[in-house]
Amino acid sequence: MIKSMFQISPGFEDIMPAEYLELIENGPFEKRVGVSDLGAFKELLEEHPLCAGCGLALSLRLILASLPNPEDTIIIGSTGCSALAFPQVALHNIHSLFGNQNAVASGVKRALNLRFPDKIKDVVVIAGDGATADIGLDMVLHSWFRQEKITTIMLDNEAYANTGGQESGMSPKGTVLNMAPKGKTFSKVSIPELAREAGCAYVASVNPAQPKKLEKAIVRGILAARELGPTYIQVFSPCPTNYKFKPNETISKVRLREKEGTYETKEFLSTEARELFARLEEEKK
Amino acid sequence: MLSKEYHVVRGPEGYLPPAAASMGVVLPDKGSALVEGCVVQTDAAMELIADKILSAKNPVFFPGPLVLWAWKDGIAEKAKAIKEMAEAAEAKLIPMPDYRPKYPMINPAIEINPNHPNLTIWHNKIDVCVFIGVHCHYANVALKMIRGGTECYTIALCAEAGHEDAMISLRDVRLEDLQKMTQIIKRRKGEGK
Repeated sequence: MIKSMFQISPGFEDIMPAEYLELIENGPFEKRVGVSDLGAFKELLEEHPLCAGCGLALSLRLILASLPNPEDTIIIGSTGCSALAFPQVALHNIHSLFGNQNAVASGVKRALNLRFPDKIKDVVVIAGDGATADIGLDMVLHSWFRQEKITTIMLDNEAYANTGGQESGMSPKGTVLNMAPKGKTFSKVSIPELAREAGCAYVASVNPAQPKKLEKAIVRGILAARELGPTYIQVFSPCPTNYKFKPNETISKVRLREKEGTYETKEFLSTEARELFARLEEEKK
Repeated sequence: MLSKEYHVVRGPEGYLPPAAASMGVVLPDKGSALVEGCVVQTDAAMELIADKILSAKNPVFFPGPLVLWAWKDGIAEKAKAIKEMAEAAEAKLIPMPDYRPKYPMINPAIEINPNHPNLTIWHNKIDVCVFIGVHCHYANVALKMIRGGTECYTIALCAEAGHEDAMISLRDVRLEDLQKMTQIIKRRKGEGK
């Protein structure tokens, strides 16, 4: 898409809701904005129905602000808390059946390659831990095995949060939730390691307490997916509602877990990804 | 069931009204239109559209994304023609800028969303509405919901094959058809209709 297509027909400007006028005038399209510019441009997500203090909502805002090419980005979502926010996101987004997101993304990416062979179209999966690590794990892994050029982002709130609070594969061992009263009996699944072994060119685990790091991971994940193959980014997004902490404690919970070593920030680059980023850096100069 | 046995008429028809197509209503051939489920000549349907709009207390045009956004050549001219038609009919324009199900965060006073069009109809007390430039599947969904939950009379000026779920539907509407419709409205208005 080019911005010239994103214009209101003459004569209809006065009837368009203000948010659309703002998106045209001051949206992120065809601009190089990022998380440092938040507050200075019209965000792709401003209102949402998620809980107060939701780590996922914060992460989603940061992810959307980090997209290198929002005008040509298609997001594939899945069932979960994030699905409640996507209807408000001013980007093409597809809600897939629970767990099918990476299969749908594979098809979308291939179709876009056929339809627009000379254009960059970023296909980005944004789904929760249930859709990524449990219900959709087979679709996720096989998209990686097939080396689909898509970016998979997991918003990890460590629970099935909008169905009463069941444990997910990503809940830490021993976690007690409303619907998991006995405590989880096995450890958190290590999806970053699985991603690396499955052939992802770039893998990162980040959190919203470090927005610049998160932004860097998103940009790298998308750039590597364009040229090399699948990439995976895991974003820790704690849930105050199910983990029963105050909404204003979300960031401190993230920092505490990192300090404890129970949720580390990490990054893996394949040799090809390392070379790609070095080349891109060189080209910038 | 045959189309003559099922008429697409002003609601409220109740929760989950049937899709008119499932009740035997078929789309008109080229050169024809649909009025309440029956195939009629396009000219007759245009006269009826003018009457319905002019006799309404609060007629509103709902331009959709296909005409609100100047995404290809020829759209600006269509948009101008739609605006002229609405002005001739003294009807308001309420946009449907996209199809995101923004529930419950739309302002029904100034926009309509195909996933809950009844909110805008109710809020503005709209008794006749005209869909134009709305992609087929979303128009059908919204028209059915309006028939199900409101007493609004629905008209679709469709650039493709028409809409069974509208009470009146034209098909293959081009720029010249919009201009012709405006002239009919002006004439009928002059006749005191």
